[in-house]
Amino acid sequence: MPSHLREFVLSGDALAAGDSLPRLDDPRLDFAIGGSSRTVRRTWFDTFDWRLFRAGLTLELVAERGGGEFVLTGRDGDTAAAAPAGGQGEARIRFPCLVEALPLGQLREHLAPVTGVRALLPIVKATSSLREYRALNADEKTVAVVTVERMTVTQPRHRDAGARLTVRPLRGYDAQAAKLADSLSDAPGVEPAATTAFESALKAVDRKPGDYTGKIDVRLTAEMPAAFAVAAILDALFDTVEVNLPGTIRDIDTEFLHDLRVAVRRTRSVLKLAGSVLPDATVSRYAPEFKWLGDLTTPTRDGDVYLLSYPAMAAQLVAATPDELAPFHDYLAQQRAAAFGQLARGLRGKRFAELVGNWRLDLDKISAAPRPRPPAGAFAARRITTAHQKVLRRGAMIGPDSPSEALHDLRKRCKELRYLLEVFASLHDPSQQWHAIREMKALQDCLGEYQDTQVQHAGLHEFAARMMGERRAPAATLLAMGEIAAKLAERANAARREFAGRFAEFASPRGQARIAALTKAGT
Amino acid sequence: MRVLATYNIKGGVGKTATAVNIAYLAARDGFRVLLWDLDPQSAATFLFRVQPKVKGGGKALVAGKRPVDDAIKATDFPNLDLLPADFTYRNLDLHLDSERKPATRLRALLAPLRREYDLVVLDCPPSISLLSENVLHAADLLLVPLIPTTLSVRTLEQLTEFIAGFDGKRPRILAFFSMVDGRKRLHREIAEELRASRNDVAATAIPSLSAIERMSVGRQPVAALAPRSQAARYYCELWLEARDRARLGVSQARGQTGSAPG
Repeated sequence: MPSHLREFVLSGDALAAGDSLPRLDDPRLDFAIGGSSRTVRRTWFDTFDWRLFRAGLTLELVAERGGGEFVLTGRDGDTAAAAPAGGQGEARIRFPCLVEALPLGQLREHLAPVTGVRALLPIVKATSSLREYRALNADEKTVAVVTVERMTVTQPRHRDAGARLTVRPLRGYDAQAAKLADSLSDAPGVEPAATTAFESALKAVDRKPGDYTGKIDVRLTAEMPAAFAVAAILDALFDTVEVNLPGTIRDIDTEFLHDLRVAVRRTRSVLKLAGSVLPDATVSRYAPEFKWLGDLTTPTRDGDVYLLSYPAMAAQLVAATPDELAPFHDYLAQQRAAAFGQLARGLRGKRFAELVGNWRLDLDKISAAPRPRPPAGAFAARRITTAHQKVLRRGAMIGPDSPSEALHDLRKRCKELRYLLEVFASLHDPSQQWHAIREMKALQDCLGEYQDTQVQHAGLHEFAARMMGERRAPAATLLAMGEIAAKLAERANAARREFAGRFAEFASPRGQARIAALTKAGT
Repeated sequence: MRVLATYNIKGGVGKTATAVNIAYLAARDGFRVLLWDLDPQSAATFLFRVQPKVKGGGKALVAGKRPVDDAIKATDFPNLDLLPADFTYRNLDLHLDSERKPATRLRALLAPLRREYDLVVLDCPPSISLLSENVLHAADLLLVPLIPTTLSVRTLEQLTEFIAGFDGKRPRILAFFSMVDGRKRLHREIAEELRASRNDVAATAIPSLSAIERMSVGRQPVAALAPRSQAARYYCELWLEARDRARLGVSQARGQTGSAPG
C-alpha cells in the first residue's frame, strides 16, 4: 500500500457492524458520510508465471458505473502508471492478451519490458462494496477519507474476502490522519492489514502469488528410495504439463507450449537416464508416448520460434526492406496456424487422454511400493557423474573440423546433464547448484546458438523452396530471406568459433570440481 | 500549466469570491488546480476551512527554504488544492525585495508545480506593490473585477498601460464588472461604454447577490454551496470566458473527478 495509506482488516465486532465505522473514543474527530455506498469491480492481472508480481508490480482494473481505469502500482503501493479502460467509442480489451493489445502510453511502456512474450491474464476478480466517510477536524475540514470495503471474490470462484478499512489522508493532513488511524487501530476487531487487497483476494481462493514456476518443485532426501524420488519428479513434471495444457490449447501465448514441451523433454530424459529404478514395463510403455507428445508439439514451437524472432530478423535487414520480407511472415503465420490445428487436435484426442489417465495411476503404484534400493542420493550422484563424463568425453573429441552433428549431439548430452542437475536439485547445496548451472548455461547457450541458427538457416531454405513451389515468393522476398540466411550463417560461424573457449572453461579443473562437489554433497 | 490571477488595486471588489469560484469550477471540470491565497487577510483560506498558517511563514517560502509543495493543503473538493495564506504575507514585499530578480520571484516559485497542476489561481491582496508586480509577471491571465464607476475604469487603463511597458511576457487581461446593480443607470451605461471601447471586457458581469455573501457562512464556493443559484450560473459563465481567454483546452484537464470527497 502507498506509504501514506493505512489499511486495516476488520473482524469480529467491527465486521458485525456492517459498513459502519468502528466506534472511536476521540472527541476531536467527527465523521461525515462521504456519499452513498458504491460498488466497484476489481480485477487483478498478471502473466501465468507471475512476472509482474516478481517485478514488484500489481496491475488492477478498477471499474464502476461510468468507466474504469487500469492502475499499475509498485512495491511501495504508489501508482507507477494508469490508463483509462476503454472509454466511449474505444474497443474493449479482451483478456487474456499480449501487452500490445493495450493502448499506447505510459502503462504499456511500463508493462512491456516486464511481461515480454507472456499474455496478461485476469488472475482474480472481486466485487467490492465501498462506503466512504470524511474524517473532520474542529473546523469541519476533511483531514482524511476513511473507506470501509467489503470484498467478495467472484472469479475463479465465489468467496468472501472479508472487510478492510483504509485511511487516506488529504494532502497536508498526514499528522491528523495518522492520529485518526492510531485511534482506529485501538478499536476492537480492527487489525493492521498484513496483506494487500490483491493478496487477500488470492488467499480467499487458496492461491498464493508466485504459485507457478517452470522449475521442478520436489523435496527429495538422499536416503529415500530412488524409485520413489524419480516417481515424485515425474509426477511434478506432469503437473507442469497439465497446468500448461489449457493455455496451450487456447493458444494464449507461446510460453504455455514452451513450458509444456520442456516438461515433456525432461520427462523423456528422466525415463532414459533414471528409468532403471522404475519397472521396465513402465519405461517401455511411456517412453514412446512422451516421444509422440514431444513430436506433436514440435512443428508449432518451430513456428513460434520463427515468428518470435521475426521482428529482430526484419530489423536487421540492410539491403532489403521489412515490406519485402512480409510475405515470408504471412507464410510462417499460415504454417504455424496449420501446425497448431494439428497440435490442438492431438491434445484433445484419445491418445493424450489415455496418457494423462494412465500415467498418474502408474506413478502412484510406483510411489506406493517403490524398490527400496538404491537410495536417491547415491543414485542421483551416479547418474550425474555418468552424464558429466559423457559430456566431457564427447566435447573433448570435437575439433575445428568436426561435423556440426557432433556439436548437436553434445548439446543433447548437455541438456541431459542439465535436466539431471535440475530434477535432483533439492539434493544439492543451493549455492553449489547455482554455480554449476551457471557454468553449464554458458556452454549450452553457445551450443544452442550454433544449432538454432543452423536449423533456422536450413529451415529458411526449405521455406523458400516451398514458397516458390506454391508461387508465393516474389523475388524481393527471396532476396530478403537470403539476407537473413546470411546473417544466420554469420551467427552460426561466430558460435562455432566461440565453442572451444566455452568448452575449455567447462572442462577446466575448476568447472569439473563444481559438478563433482554436487555429487559428493548429494550422497 | 496556466496561471490566472484575480487582481485589482481596490479592495472589496470581489477578487476572492471570483478566485475561489473560478478555482472550484476549473477543478470540477477536471483541471488540476492550485489556489494560492496571497492575501494576509486569508479570506479564501477561511472559505475552504483551512488554517491560515504556513510553516516558516512567507519568508521561508519566498527564500525557497521551504518548498512550496510542502505548504499545500488539499481542499474538500477533488482536484483543488490550496496554498494557504499566512499573516506574515503582509511582509511579502520585504521578502521579495531581498531576493535576486525580485519582480519575477513568484514565477520562479511556481515553476516546479508545472507537472502537478493544470491551473494556478492567485488571489491577490489589494495593492500596488512588489507583490502585485510579481503577480503580473507570473500570470498568463489577469481577471480584473471592476465596480462600474468612472474611477474603476481609470484604474483598468492604468493597469493596461503598466503591463504594456513589460519586456517579454505580458499577461492577457479579462476585465469583468462585479457587484453590479442592474437598477442603477450609471452601472449600465459605464458597462456598455467600456465593452464598446475595449475588447478585453467579459460579457459576463457578476451582480451583487446575497448568495455570494453567504459563502462566508457556508464556507464553500457558491458554485458548490448553491450550484443552481443565479450566482453560481454567473460564475460558470465567467469561468468559461476566462478558460477560453487563458487558452485552457478541455483536453488539458487531466484530473479525475469524483475520487475525493465533495
